[in-house]
Amino acid sequence: MYAYDEFDRAFLAERVAEFRDQVGRRLSGALSEDEFKPLRLMNGVYLQLHAYMLRIAIPYGTLNAAQLRRMAHVARVYDRGYGHFTTRQNIQFNWIKLEELPEAMASLAEVGVHGIQTSGNCIRNVTTDQWAAATPEECDDPRIWAEILRQYSTLHPEFTYLPRKFKIAITAAGHDRAAIKVHDVGLRLHRNEAGELGFEVLVGGGLGRTPFVGKSIRPFLPARELLSYIEAIMRVYNQYGRRDNIYKARIKILVHEIGAEEFSKAVEAEWAAIRDGALHLTDEAIAEIRDRFIYPSFETLENEPAALTEALKDSRFATWHRNSVQAHKVPGYSIVTISLKPVGAPPGDATADQMEVVADLAERYGFSEIRVGHEQNLCLPHVAQKDLPALWAALEAAGLATPNVNLVNDIIACPGLDYCALANARAIPVAQEIAKRFADLDRARGVGRLHINISGCINACGHHHVGHIGILGVEKNGQEFYQITLGGRADEHAQLGTLLGPAVSYEQVPGLVEDVVDTYMELRAGPHELFIDTVARLGVEPFKERVYAAH
Amino acid sequence: MAAPQQQKLKVNGPVAVTANRLTDGAVVWRTKAGGWSVELVDAAIVTTADAALALLAEAGKRDLDAVGPYVAPVTVDDQGTIGPGNLRERIRVAGPTFELPH
Repeated sequence: MYAYDEFDRAFLAERVAEFRDQVGRRLSGALSEDEFKPLRLMNGVYLQLHAYMLRIAIPYGTLNAAQLRRMAHVARVYDRGYGHFTTRQNIQFNWIKLEELPEAMASLAEVGVHGIQTSGNCIRNVTTDQWAAATPEECDDPRIWAEILRQYSTLHPEFTYLPRKFKIAITAAGHDRAAIKVHDVGLRLHRNEAGELGFEVLVGGGLGRTPFVGKSIRPFLPARELLSYIEAIMRVYNQYGRRDNIYKARIKILVHEIGAEEFSKAVEAEWAAIRDGALHLTDEAIAEIRDRFIYPSFETLENEPAALTEALKDSRFATWHRNSVQAHKVPGYSIVTISLKPVGAPPGDATADQMEVVADLAERYGFSEIRVGHEQNLCLPHVAQKDLPALWAALEAAGLATPNVNLVNDIIACPGLDYCALANARAIPVAQEIAKRFADLDRARGVGRLHINISGCINACGHHHVGHIGILGVEKNGQEFYQITLGGRADEHAQLGTLLGPAVSYEQVPGLVEDVVDTYMELRAGPHELFIDTVARLGVEPFKERVYAAH
Repeated sequence: MAAPQQQKLKVNGPVAVTANRLTDGAVVWRTKAGGWSVELVDAAIVTTADAALALLAEAGKRDLDAVGPYVAPVTVDDQGTIGPGNLRERIRVAGPTFELPH
């Protein structure tokens, strides 16, 4: 965990006091809605269909137990007893009252949590791998660099009014769990042949109305040059990004229109002028950030202790272990994913009680650390293998041990028309119904890894373009319809899905998805061939023929 | 698709003016008396674009009670019972269409 200092605490307290004053002036009529709206948005407060929504940043998806417990408190006292974890590693409270928001924010600020820059045309929460500092795959802790970017970008005056919002993601592992190729800037941390740490820099990725996979503009940027190079990108975007048309304002449109090569040249020219300036990161500055990350004091343990071996004789535990537990870089420890996708429940939602259970378990078994993944699940990154049986039993009792991580009912879904003022169609009930079709987890395991992503509108908060099966809700003549795509993926081989065929009605979606899955089971080369690979091998046509013949 | 507030007004049936209450975001409906009510049954119902625009203009004069007023379709059955006119408004009136976590 990163340890915030007195500056951070004082800043948040001042910010809450400022917002309290703004809310007071709004309620008294001293501020109009037009004056107040940008102020509330800068603090993560949206007005949705039937209530205010507070979006809280979880920097690079890392939380401690005290912070999660405080979120449970806010959910219980100021909301309706639950929260929704998002595809940007944040949490949203859907029912907060404006008049109570300052108190809720003050409570969150006490544990270093806030909603600043979770809205507006600024640099948003920098996201990264939820397995950071735990996975043996990575070359460095990507959160160090995310924290450097957080400090640099927070309230940065030059980048507070960008043409449009700006999202950065970092991975330091070969397998990309942070979806860096569909972000405005994607950073792949790796070492060059000389062993030096640096970033491959991708720009212009994104989903939404006009989806693009990011283009690589620099194969290796020395890590210490991160800020100056990002600043050069931001300046080029700030100068040339369109402000006349909201639909063409993201950096992906600029990169697409002028080409990655031209964009890269502009960035390099800007960078040449500033690279040796104040933003050059010294070893001391990097070390200072690094030193503020407190890492667990791992015991010297061996892999597969006797307690684990014995527990694996229980088939239910063994099933969960195979699905939800991953290798850790330290012997005797594991990474545990906590599914927030119990069959039939809203994806990504956790009750206050469940948050408290996870906070307690993180304290007892996981060095007080919790992560949020963009797949809308939680993670305990550091659990001793000998503790896994007890952890599983406690998670099971809280309804948090569904062994469906990465399976067909581990569905990403945005809030959709059930909450969101922008949505055209529902997403959560569609996810629930699909999940129920595959409630038999033996069947889901037989299908294997399959990511279904659902968005309730073209803004694509549910990342439908990069779902193995993507589902986009649209509205036609007052009715909900859904477009289905196949073959999208968000990992290091990121690509956009291909449209399967005409949109289908709300009622038809679960059956159609089931038919797609059944078709895959018939067509796959064998159990080893994943859904995404079968689609890559055969294209969508065989699926289209079978599925639309049935509908 | 643009949000209802941004759409060009077309009135093909009964409509009402709706908004969110400033203090808590609750869904409210413009009443005949020129106030706001959380009950759809209290809403002023009009059937022409001119009447709807007039209702909307009146609603927008003061933004201390309700935020973001717009014209929303409603239904009125033979008994005069008023209901929300599309799925969006049904959800605004009745809440999410699934059981909330508890």
